Amino acid sequence: MATSATIHSHAAPQGFIRKYVFSLDHKVIGIQYYFLALIAVFVGMFLSLLMRIHLIWPTAVLPLIGEIKPETYLSLLTMHGTIMVFFVLTTAPQSGFGNYFLPIQIGAPDMAFPVLNMLSFWTTFVAFIVMIAAFFVTGGAPLHGWTGYAPLSALTNSGPGEQLGADLWITSIAIFCIASLMGALNFITTTLDLRAKGMTMMRMPLTCWAWFITAILGLLAFGVLLSAGILLLLDRNLGTSFYVPLVVVNGQVMGHKGGSPLLWQHLFWFFGHPEVYIAILPSMGVASQLLSTFSRKPIFGYKAMVYAIMAIGILGFVVWGHHMFMSGMSPYSAFAFSIMTMAIGVPSAIKTFNWLGTLHKGKIRFYTPMLFAIGFVSLFVSGGLSGPFLAQPVLDIPLHDTYFVVGHFHLIMGVASIFGIFGATYYWIPKMFGRMMSEGLGKLHFWITFVGTYAIFMPMHYLGMAGHPRRYSQLTEVAYLHNLIPVQTFMTYAAFITIAAQFIFLINLFWSMFKGPKASDNPWEATTLEWTTATPPPHDNFGGHTPVVYHGPYEYSVPGVAKDYVMQTDPAPVTAH
Amino acid sequence: MASLTPTIPIKLPETGRGGGGQPPVYHGGGDGGHGDGYPDYGQRLRRARLGLAIALAPIFMFFISITSAYIVRQGLPTFDDKTNSNIRDWIPVQLPLALLLLNTGLLAASSITAEFARRQITRQAALAPVRSIPGVSLGDERGFPWLYVTVLLGGGFLVGQWMAWQELAARGFYIATSASSSFYYLLTAAHGVHLAGGVLVLTYAAIVSLLHKPVEGRRIVVDVTAWYWHFMFLLWIGIFGLLWFMR
Repeated sequence: MATSATIHSHAAPQGFIRKYVFSLDHKVIGIQYYFLALIAVFVGMFLSLLMRIHLIWPTAVLPLIGEIKPETYLSLLTMHGTIMVFFVLTTAPQSGFGNYFLPIQIGAPDMAFPVLNMLSFWTTFVAFIVMIAAFFVTGGAPLHGWTGYAPLSALTNSGPGEQLGADLWITSIAIFCIASLMGALNFITTTLDLRAKGMTMMRMPLTCWAWFITAILGLLAFGVLLSAGILLLLDRNLGTSFYVPLVVVNGQVMGHKGGSPLLWQHLFWFFGHPEVYIAILPSMGVASQLLSTFSRKPIFGYKAMVYAIMAIGILGFVVWGHHMFMSGMSPYSAFAFSIMTMAIGVPSAIKTFNWLGTLHKGKIRFYTPMLFAIGFVSLFVSGGLSGPFLAQPVLDIPLHDTYFVVGHFHLIMGVASIFGIFGATYYWIPKMFGRMMSEGLGKLHFWITFVGTYAIFMPMHYLGMAGHPRRYSQLTEVAYLHNLIPVQTFMTYAAFITIAAQFIFLINLFWSMFKGPKASDNPWEATTLEWTTATPPPHDNFGGHTPVVYHGPYEYSVPGVAKDYVMQTDPAPVTAH
Repeated sequence: MASLTPTIPIKLPETGRGGGGQPPVYHGGGDGGHGDGYPDYGQRLRRARLGLAIALAPIFMFFISITSAYIVRQGLPTFDDKTNSNIRDWIPVQLPLALLLLNTGLLAASSITAEFARRQITRQAALAPVRSIPGVSLGDERGFPWLYVTVLLGGGFLVGQWMAWQELAARGFYIATSASSSFYYLLTAAHGVHLAGGVLVLTYAAIVSLLHKPVEGRRIVVDVTAWYWHFMFLLWIGIFGLLWFMR
């Protein structure tokens, strides 16, 4: 029966190519995704470094790169946003850690469709290569921002990067959509069909719930982005007018007529807003997991957490209009979108209070992953509180095109999600590679990054309220912006230090992977299924048997039990009597 | 005690109760027959059907987004530089109705034959264990080639759609001629690509049928593709209805 030695869907692969390159093993694919995101995050970070240097030294001539022209600045901005959103925030927490740990945490030997899983990774890889190629074609990378607003993005002569570079950008996004759809299909089927005996939906760790709901969001959102991208490619290359109205570029009347730039915005943000939750939900799941484990307490309000994730997912599909208050919209629609947006504050607050409730009176163990989980909550609150302001059209209209919005989304979507990724990395690397990461370097990395990110992104709110427009490459020419240059200078220096600290992480990661102290099977004394198996897990995850689950995921400090944690697979915990 | 749950909720594993209970064994699910002797085709079929049902959601969203763009664009006033005012510039496409009705008939017929192919291979798969007993004969192995007929009818539909494009071009409607013709080409092309995918998979299943592989594995492919095919037929009815009634 369940102890059959051949439960795995495919035999362990032989040879380097099948084992590490075109592997069907969800663990290898998860690691591939993680390292793809790691490369992407350093590319994206390098672009932001160039932008920050340019903002305070606009005429500086950089080695190898030369002087940054205004259009180059817009290219940097576009590629920074695109790479970070798609290839880091979507790729690492969902496709990376989700791929590795979703099957293990629900007690499955692999994903439901391993071949599809492999295709999904390699399609993402192709998308990344195509995206990077945009830097190296005539005219360079596109300058329409990660949101690709038409008609700027829909005309081939609207700027130097809008030639082949923009076509590559759209093609890459379209390929990425297909990859994400394949991944989402796999995640949902796996969660619904491959749970171990006793693993009811309401016994799944909150990480699994987050990955599951995120996959549903991706499933419904990426198809729409794909259609939007195809329409854009048609406008650019076949002369259609989906997005382009009658328009004059450089004194020349273009052939397009009657299209609607707002159509692009509707289609894009119908994807774009759920995308924000695709980036943040997996990190919320990781934070829940870590806070419970390291507080040695059950998560406060497990069911409320599950329903809050669902509510955020559902509401996330009806608020896209709040990105378009500036674009012209009926006040009635704006009102409806505003109310719905503020309604998201309710499940978000439920989650925040439950995290704080979990910490309250816990026997907290301040390991590095825990620090990042607490840092996540801090950033989520700081970034989240500016949300209700921007949700109101009267406040959004003056703030929308300023640094206020940049500060808002970097804190809540960018850095908060990154902190979730860091927390997950420090927490799960011991399971993935069998070696502990250095606590000393980890804590150093945490404190510099935590203080550093606040130092970079908090002042942006003040800049925004002072009326500092975003996307401007040069500030020195304008009198009222001139007084704000010291703030920009401070942020740039903070960015130097924070970026430098990421190399501490990189060193820690690679050093630990090969030379770190050996990790036990359950170094954090956690309860979920990945800690019941060997470190690192064998090819079929559980070494030939299927786990049977008896408990919820967060049974810590249960009264009357000898140890302060009860494994999910423990049929009868030893009592303390 | 710091705990917020005063008791341990130790329950026996729940089985057979809706979403929670799981069949206890994994006999080689997923890709292949590496299980202990006999792969569990029933479970693989259920998983493949679930995967298909989930995969239909983004396809549906894809066409819904284009459909909503169609409806919005149709009612959108456009600035006209000659009269300096906002006008409605939606020109109805002159659809080759007879050809499109013929294509619809072909696709409807192929949906029916796909269902026959699905039921035929289900029967064959059910009888496969009996057939493997030496000395037992169940008469004619093959039966009517519904699979090939479906592939032919599907191919016929795609050729017909191509002819409809030619017809449209002959009437002066190219992809960039007007918003309505852009949407016509876009919707029919997107549907055609999706249907071509189904044709490829059924062709694969038909070729594999010549290789004497176990019929159960092929049955999963045919079953799932037949459901996909029905969806593609309904989708075409929706697209055709949109193009005709909202032209």
